[in-house]
Amino acid sequence: MEYIPQIVFVLVAGFFGFLIFRRIRRISSNIKLGKDVNLTDNKSERLKNMILVAFGQKKMFKRPIPAFLHLLIYVGFILINIEVLEIVIDGIFGTHRIAAPILGSLYTGMINFFEFLAVGVLFSCIVFLIRRNILRINRFKKIEMVGWPSLDANLILIIEILLMVAILGMNGADQILQTRGANHYTETGSFFFSSAMFGWLDQFETSTLILIERAAWWFHIVGIFAFALYVTYSKHLHIFMAFPNTYYSRLDPKGKMTNMEEITNEVKMMLGMPVEGDSSPPPEGMRFGAKDVNDLTWKNLMDAYACTECGRCTSECPANLTGKKLSPRKIMMDTRDRLEDVGKNGLDDGKSLLGDYITKEEINACTNCNACVEACPVNINPLDIILQTRRYVAMEESAAPESWNMMFQNVETNFAPWKFGVQDRFNWSNELKEGK
Amino acid sequence: MSEIQIPTVADLAAKGEKPEVLFWVGCAGSYDDRYKSVTKAFVKILNKVGVKFAVLGPEETCTGDPARRAGNEFLFQMQAMSNIQVLNGYEIKKIVTACPHCFNTLKNEYPELGGNYDVIHHSQFLQELINDGKVELKGGGEFKGRKITYHDSCFLGRANNVYSAPRAVLEALDAELVEMKRCKTKGLCCGAGGAQMFKDAEPGNKEVNVERTEEALETKADTIAVACPFCMTMMSDGVKNKEKESSVKVKDLAELIAESEGLD
Ligand code: SF4
Ligand code: SF4
Repeated sequence: MEYIPQIVFVLVAGFFGFLIFRRIRRISSNIKLGKDVNLTDNKSERLKNMILVAFGQKKMFKRPIPAFLHLLIYVGFILINIEVLEIVIDGIFGTHRIAAPILGSLYTGMINFFEFLAVGVLFSCIVFLIRRNILRINRFKKIEMVGWPSLDANLILIIEILLMVAILGMNGADQILQTRGANHYTETGSFFFSSAMFGWLDQFETSTLILIERAAWWFHIVGIFAFALYVTYSKHLHIFMAFPNTYYSRLDPKGKMTNMEEITNEVKMMLGMPVEGDSSPPPEGMRFGAKDVNDLTWKNLMDAYACTECGRCTSECPANLTGKKLSPRKIMMDTRDRLEDVGKNGLDDGKSLLGDYITKEEINACTNCNACVEACPVNINPLDIILQTRRYVAMEESAAPESWNMMFQNVETNFAPWKFGVQDRFNWSNELKEGK
Repeated sequence: MSEIQIPTVADLAAKGEKPEVLFWVGCAGSYDDRYKSVTKAFVKILNKVGVKFAVLGPEETCTGDPARRAGNEFLFQMQAMSNIQVLNGYEIKKIVTACPHCFNTLKNEYPELGGNYDVIHHSQFLQELINDGKVELKGGGEFKGRKITYHDSCFLGRANNVYSAPRAVLEALDAELVEMKRCKTKGLCCGAGGAQMFKDAEPGNKEVNVERTEEALETKADTIAVACPFCMTMMSDGVKNKEKESSVKVKDLAELIAESEGLD
């Protein structure tokens, strides 16, 4: 009988561990659907980016208030998880606060510090809920946030609040049980924040208190397992993905578009230039540009999983600000949704990223201003996806907007995007000499 | 002033010479009526400081940027490759241009196709001239006490991190530089980049250039300084839309320098 809680604990941990493992495998195989790009150069600069942007949250601080609140949650979550280690050990071995006698007063200090962080997390989560639902900050109520994305964001905040309340409740009950000399309840010293609950908890009988303490303990740890699984389905995945994503983010100037090497040889042949290396034309069936997720690079797909749906990109996008359909956040969310659907149903489900998720009207509205890229706190590049889909439309479908086709024609025939004659290009020099 | 010199690279080559720097004029600088005056102002400055420059003249063609941004990579590479043939044929080493789009393409996108040049934007070139004392601006001149605001070009700013050079040029004019609410890394686009210049905007509730012009007007500056032909068009249209063209001027950096030098 006395081993039952331990067996249940191991089974629950194993169950969630298995589901999380399966989910990680799915996500990584989804990302691998993308085309290969080599992003392994310049390791030291990449590492620096990761440390500054992901770990140091440098780009968050462009908006100081949410940055500070977010930092509280971030630090809280990382550090409080040290305590989870103890909880797991206790769960497996049927011990209770195994570290307390070993660490002595250091243990008291640590738990006090964790409680302080937990209160910080509670505070931030409540403010964030208010910002999202009562203040209704503009970037949280855009069209792409309707339904699941908003629910997801609120759920995360509520789960975090419940987890923090569980920790504090567990610690509060534990301390009273210690003073009452209940079995198993090791001496830990007093905890500042949870002791605030004494007045309320003291009314309960010892057996009820044990029930409260155990319930809070189980709720907290199972909650954390469930949360870890939930995260993999949610925008909250950024807590892990931010790290590889910033490491692999581009180092080139933002203005540089990726070159399509695969057509360079053909262009050279058309111009009668010598072709180095492999001179065979691009293989049949190769697609120019991107119609679906497998035409994008794995980095574009990793971006999609790293997106926090914060909307900083969209709130700076000139197209979105002036009422166009384009929202760089939606580009990332669509890419992720499509990728998840492809993971489930395969690529041949009769749908594609461009057309069924992202529309031409959206990609046509982009001014290539890079505001979204600059704004993203985890170095996501929505513009790169937009540009690749434009290539598909222009080169595979020849369906660019009519005025763009005219512009192409002008460039081909007059070597300028407007309908001006080649012979007039240098007219300005005569005008200048004549003093005009 | 003696007659203005506008040598082409071919002229120089015929004499067995090469320019120190090639002035890449760009399509807007060659054809657009408004931007032609920027080209002219810049050439006057080049003449005055005695830089050994040249232009490609009739041999210049579109860099291919608008085609590439609109998705036509073939056309871009055709343009790029033939331009690179010409530039490499003349052994061009250094290029200056007054167009941030040409600047970005020449600097960042031509190297992969075999064109490696030292490319600078005219704002950086002007800043160098000022720093070297080659352009001496008479402090307290006609700009003293006037408010100028600078509109960041996305292809200069975010795309290539050039924020300080244009501002340094304006500060040298001894005018009061006032920033818009959204500036530098947060600067709002004029609405013309990414080939938007060559088509109508998608359906929305406002034009981007109007939004940006309103912000510029809020600064109460009498001059909106720009450093890009597309920004020039968009901001000028915006000012017209707000019926402010009599009190607010949209000017390129080179024009402002030429003006204060008495070159206009
Ligand atoms: S690059 Fe395009 S999507 Fe990104 S902010 Fe600018 S207009 Fe919007
Ligand atoms: S792309 Fe970046 S800025 Fe935009 S919503 Fe996602 S995380 Fe936020």
